[in-house]
Amino acid sequence: MLIRYITQIGRYCLMLREIFIKQTKWSVMKKLIFKEIDDLIIDSLGIVAFISFFVGGVVAIQTALNLTNPLIPKYLIGFATRQSVILEFAPTFISVIMAGKMGSFITSSIGTMRVTEQIDALEVMGVNSLNYLVFPKIIALLLYPFVIGISMFLGILGGWMAGVYGGFTSSAEFVTGAQMDFIPFHIVYAFLKTLIFAMLLATIPSFHGYYMKGGALEVGKASTVAFVWTSVSIILFNYILTQLLLGS
Amino acid sequence: MIEIKDIEKSFGDTMILKGISTVFETGKTNLIIGQSGSGKTVLLKSLLGIHTPESGKICFDGRVYSELEPDEKRELRTEIGMVFQGSALFDSMTVEENVAFPLKMFTNDNKAIIKERVDFVLERVALTDAHNKLPSQISGGMQKRVAIARAIVNKPKYLFCDEPNSGLDPNTAILIDNLIKEITEEYDITTVINTHDMNSVMEIGERILFLKDGLKAWEGTKEEIFRTDNQAVVDFVYSSNLFKKVREAYLKE
Repeated sequence: MLIRYITQIGRYCLMLREIFIKQTKWSVMKKLIFKEIDDLIIDSLGIVAFISFFVGGVVAIQTALNLTNPLIPKYLIGFATRQSVILEFAPTFISVIMAGKMGSFITSSIGTMRVTEQIDALEVMGVNSLNYLVFPKIIALLLYPFVIGISMFLGILGGWMAGVYGGFTSSAEFVTGAQMDFIPFHIVYAFLKTLIFAMLLATIPSFHGYYMKGGALEVGKASTVAFVWTSVSIILFNYILTQLLLGS
Repeated sequence: MIEIKDIEKSFGDTMILKGISTVFETGKTNLIIGQSGSGKTVLLKSLLGIHTPESGKICFDGRVYSELEPDEKRELRTEIGMVFQGSALFDSMTVEENVAFPLKMFTNDNKAIIKERVDFVLERVALTDAHNKLPSQISGGMQKRVAIARAIVNKPKYLFCDEPNSGLDPNTAILIDNLIKEITEEYDITTVINTHDMNSVMEIGERILFLKDGLKAWEGTKEEIFRTDNQAVVDFVYSSNLFKKVREAYLKE
């Protein structure tokens, strides 16, 4: 079992190398990149906005309900919301959700191309199919931090609206808390994490789609496996990066 | 001309190709026939470079495939046109985009030249009103014709077809067979067709390679296949009563 995992990791690393060899013509690649931006980034904005806004609100309400001691200032609601959203919710948990949304899309689309011999057709023509299929996704996901930036903004906005209009705190208190002890490096840390997660989101589902064998049933199974491994990798890298960037 | 020498290919402990040697001639339709599991598809995929044989040589007009550098292999592949069993059209592209794809990838031609060439090949395969349709919006026979158009648009030296008329009605199957034969003669290319359709053998089989259990069991022309006394070929080709009667009538003449 361990050998199988090591083999898969080795194969994944070889795939990463292959993606950057023999580039597709720029005139063709340009269109592929715009298509991937549309499929992966633009199409994800709606669900990211919806989840971020309401989870930000829930974080604010939960914090407020737990601040039962009158000596604890209400501005901590804004502080806790900001910290939770910027440090973990937006970069990590949105990425786990995107592992399901983007990941299953990537695996199933590449897997279907494998099943219907479209990848063989590319290879037979002399196209580097990995570069053609995966490279545009990696480039498109360089815009992923933009999605996470929107998630951060909407998460805090949701927290403010839930806190103020729910009667848990005043607007001034929330804003004071949201600005309190702000460490700019936390933003750098969050976006660095996001970029690593973007790379995982683009490549792990592609790996599972590209190397799948079988028919339609196996495409579904590959999508599930891709979601599991992308999520596991995100959580694992989140721990390692947090230790490296904030723990030392 | 494609020459193969002592090709061997295994999957795990199972040996699929057991030392096959033959020559596929230029300007002729070369057919590979045999029962399911005889190694036809593995042989075709080995020729295409999708499978790597453990031993033996594949020479494309003197170029030994296994001895080529990766860039040279990719260059050689641009000289190959392939018609897949399921057509393998890119389902996110229209018919016109599918056919234009090899030109966009491997030439520096401008849009007007590409359009002209695409229109020409689509007309050649008798598809003039499907340019903007997606593969899912056209019939199986039309998909095969688009696949042929895509395979020949870049003027290949070698054309490979995997079961080109499987799943098609008899009329469309004959149309596709004849189209492949005409294109082979017109462009003087080396065409290799993998089939188990006996109608194709009788219609367009200029050179026929019969595989049995991964071995070359027989080789010849369609005229020779009528007279052969090779029992394996007779059992396979004349398995239906109709073909048995056709053979008897042919031999009486």
